[in-house]
Amino acid sequence: MDIPYTIEARPDTGLYNAKVGIWLFLASEVMLFGALFSTYILLRVGAPEGYWPHGWLNIPVGTVNTIVLITSSITTVMAWASCKMNQFGRFKFFHACTLCLALTFVGIKSYEYHDKFIHYEITLKDGTIADGHLVKRTADAVVIKGHYVKDRKELFDLRAANAPHEHTELTIPKAQIAKMENYGPWHSTYLAIYFTLTGLHALHVIGGAIVIGFLWGPGSKLWRTDPERFTNRIEISGLFWHFVDLVWIFLFPVLYLL
Amino acid sequence: MSEQSAEHFSEHIRRYLYVFYALLFGTVITVAASYIPFGNREINIAVALFIAICKASLVACYFMHLISERKMIYFIMAFTAFFFTGLMFLTLWSFGDLPRHTSH
Repeated sequence: MDIPYTIEARPDTGLYNAKVGIWLFLASEVMLFGALFSTYILLRVGAPEGYWPHGWLNIPVGTVNTIVLITSSITTVMAWASCKMNQFGRFKFFHACTLCLALTFVGIKSYEYHDKFIHYEITLKDGTIADGHLVKRTADAVVIKGHYVKDRKELFDLRAANAPHEHTELTIPKAQIAKMENYGPWHSTYLAIYFTLTGLHALHVIGGAIVIGFLWGPGSKLWRTDPERFTNRIEISGLFWHFVDLVWIFLFPVLYLL
Repeated sequence: MSEQSAEHFSEHIRRYLYVFYALLFGTVITVAASYIPFGNREINIAVALFIAICKASLVACYFMHLISERKMIYFIMAFTAFFFTGLMFLTLWSFGDLPRHTSH
């Protein structure tokens, strides 16, 4: 038995079923990310003045990732337009570009996560704080590339004029360390919401990339037997991909710039 | 495919490219605006969110074809907008009873 309304429009909605389905799904996604944005707002507004991190993320890297995702959006829509124009070769090219851009995005995001996981805040027994990236760990000392601060508050606004910028290699004997913690999600509420929002978004990118990869590879066989239905599949996966781009358009300024 | 539809899609592609350039420009403006001290941080936040809303509208209207969709999709979107606005109002109403010291 054939699945109804995969190509022709349903008389009551005026659309093929998958299109109504994806928009309903995207509506639920808006509420999911909306709830997390709401959480971000409450956490940020509730933070005491000067204690909400600013400048902790690498802006050029985030900008490049934004451009990567925007470019993947245009290649997705071009892939769909190519199908509509019966140009299967062009479709293959544009969808391959989308796939490469999706993997580039995930690669850059992984680099950013790695940077946070090797970044340590080390509280010494005399109250001084050493902050920097781990270089090596020996049996009796930890070597980081960073700087010392007297007050933890100095670490919050790294875009401030008086923020410490000079980083040198510091060897800290383990006997002097009272607490050592990396910049993972457990470090602060800012990093908790950063990893939650970007992690959930990255899962969407990976999920979308799997679907796009399938439609580019084995799934593209459908083009030979039912090109119209295949084109609709490309439109549906494209709508999801544009939504992923749309979420990042808000995540980038909120997490990286403000 | 007819010649007319090829022409029709060529027009669409030109429009997609303009949207793409606008999105790139918007990204550059967003980053540049974050370095401009507008007086207080609230204005910086408002400017960044305004640019983000413009960029998101371009993606939704042109790449997702919301500008020329069927009534059914607008119906779904209207419901989503209603509940999303409600969610944001709930957030605003809770400002009188905020959790404190949320930076740690």
